[in-house]
Amino acid sequence: MRALVTHRLAALAPVAAIIVALPAFFPSAYYYRVAALVLIFALAAVGLNLLMGFAGQVSLGHAGFLGIGGYVVAIGPTYFALPSWLCIVGGAVVSGVVAFVVGRPILRLKGHYLAVATLGFGVLVAIVLTNEAAWTGGPDGMSVPRLVLFEWRVRGSDTWYWVAGASFLVGAVLALNLIDSPTGRALRAIHDSEIASSVLAIDVARKKLTVFVVSAVYASVAGSYLALFNGHVTPDIAGFLRSIELVAMVVLGGMGSIAGSLVGAAVIVVLPQTLTALHDYEHMVLGLLLMVFMIFLRRGVVPSLAALAGRPA
Amino acid sequence: MTILQAERLSISFGGVRAIDDVSLAVEPGLVFSIIGPNGAGKTTLFNVFSGLYVPHQGRVRFAGEDITGMSPHRLARRGLSRTFQNLQIFFRMTAVENVMVGRHRHEATGILSELLHLPAVARQNRRTREAARAALGRVGLKTEAERPAGSLPYGALKRLEIARALASEPMVLLLDEPAAGCNPVETQELEGVIRSIVKDGVTVVLVEHDMRLVMNISDRIHVLANGRTLAEGSAAEIRSNPAVVEAYLGVHGAHEAARAHG
Repeated sequence: MRALVTHRLAALAPVAAIIVALPAFFPSAYYYRVAALVLIFALAAVGLNLLMGFAGQVSLGHAGFLGIGGYVVAIGPTYFALPSWLCIVGGAVVSGVVAFVVGRPILRLKGHYLAVATLGFGVLVAIVLTNEAAWTGGPDGMSVPRLVLFEWRVRGSDTWYWVAGASFLVGAVLALNLIDSPTGRALRAIHDSEIASSVLAIDVARKKLTVFVVSAVYASVAGSYLALFNGHVTPDIAGFLRSIELVAMVVLGGMGSIAGSLVGAAVIVVLPQTLTALHDYEHMVLGLLLMVFMIFLRRGVVPSLAALAGRPA
Repeated sequence: MTILQAERLSISFGGVRAIDDVSLAVEPGLVFSIIGPNGAGKTTLFNVFSGLYVPHQGRVRFAGEDITGMSPHRLARRGLSRTFQNLQIFFRMTAVENVMVGRHRHEATGILSELLHLPAVARQNRRTREAARAALGRVGLKTEAERPAGSLPYGALKRLEIARALASEPMVLLLDEPAAGCNPVETQELEGVIRSIVKDGVTVVLVEHDMRLVMNISDRIHVLANGRTLAEGSAAEIRSNPAVVEAYLGVHGAHEAARAHG
């Protein structure tokens, strides 16, 4: 029993239970839609958390990978008649390769320098998506054909809720697996001391590149889902604001907490929806709330509350 | 036969020669100490040995191979491990996890099998944890295994670094001031730990200011001053070397060193 409680995946059981039980409380399809968006962003946030929360490397351009994933599922089926599911995989591969090529030079940078370099990457992707109008439809974006799996057309907010929920849980399990492995320990070690890591036979540059690629793949899949779910994609998906939102989800929910990424995504996605009633003051209150969160739960919602409850996150 | 060798090493920072034409040869299975006043270049020499600094002149050989300019993780893979004077602990991890990182050299890694947590990964994790606990036991930290490293006292952290380095099963272990900040009892325990390490056939290179410890344990002592070699010899030779006494040991140090065997 104790082994069950301390198992690395034990923390996910209540999360899975919540995902399954939550729709019973949804009064309308709109709630499915918001919840599906939360889960999709949570998937991206889990990937970014591996990079930021565990390896301690910042990326202010991760929406660039959302954009790659989103536009591959738009362009592939539209211009090349490829099946959408294959394009999700293809987008992940493209994002992984791009992350590898971009990551090699920029991951040598540290702290603020890395932040600015990744920011530049995100901006670059958004500009390419805006300017290559012949392929992408320019600033207006393009429509995305529906996902079809074994002749089953994936459509409707409720269906997407379950697809996103299952995908999030798979992503969370993979992330927790990685953390409990030699590479995961190496990443956490790099976060605390790169020098000590390197004299313990850890190839710091290679491990950083590995986790950058993994986190890019997470973002790419989430971007593909986002485009398929909305049936439309615009360059905003890769915009700077999106990147900042992803970072905010990770930090707000808790760096190094997988469950925290879901909480962070929920806060960043749901808050603006609930605050629309405040009209002109919406953004002011949103900003204020985020500041209050960080001041009183400075380690992030989940780790701070876990510490208050007296047990590790 | 030497396992670690410096040949006419020089390195300078901003025009200041931190190490100036230093040569030394460490024989396997012994304790080789490097002593000298603050700023003599002892830690700089360690940083060159472990690949953190690239020397401007000279060569470093390890186990018969020229390793000059080789990156730290490659050197570690070949069996060269070290501790740090200013602690480099993974504070967000538990004590046993810190030491598990030391096993990295012996672990197989593959991103896909790790993401899927294949049975081989689980088995390897168990072996790594066992080996890490054994290494903690060697430095007397077995009961602290599951504590967050950040909550351990200073003396325990010094020993944790030694356990972490030991877990990599090095051929040569560089210890940078392991006794700094330790009380006499802890220093005596440390001496026992170092002796047990050497007994296992590991070569120990020691930088240390505690002259009692150095004189007791060293098979050979190399004295640096202002980045240059001042003398090298056995403990008895160094103790009675007038140049060393004047530059470093001084009256107090000579007294302490003389009592070392008493």
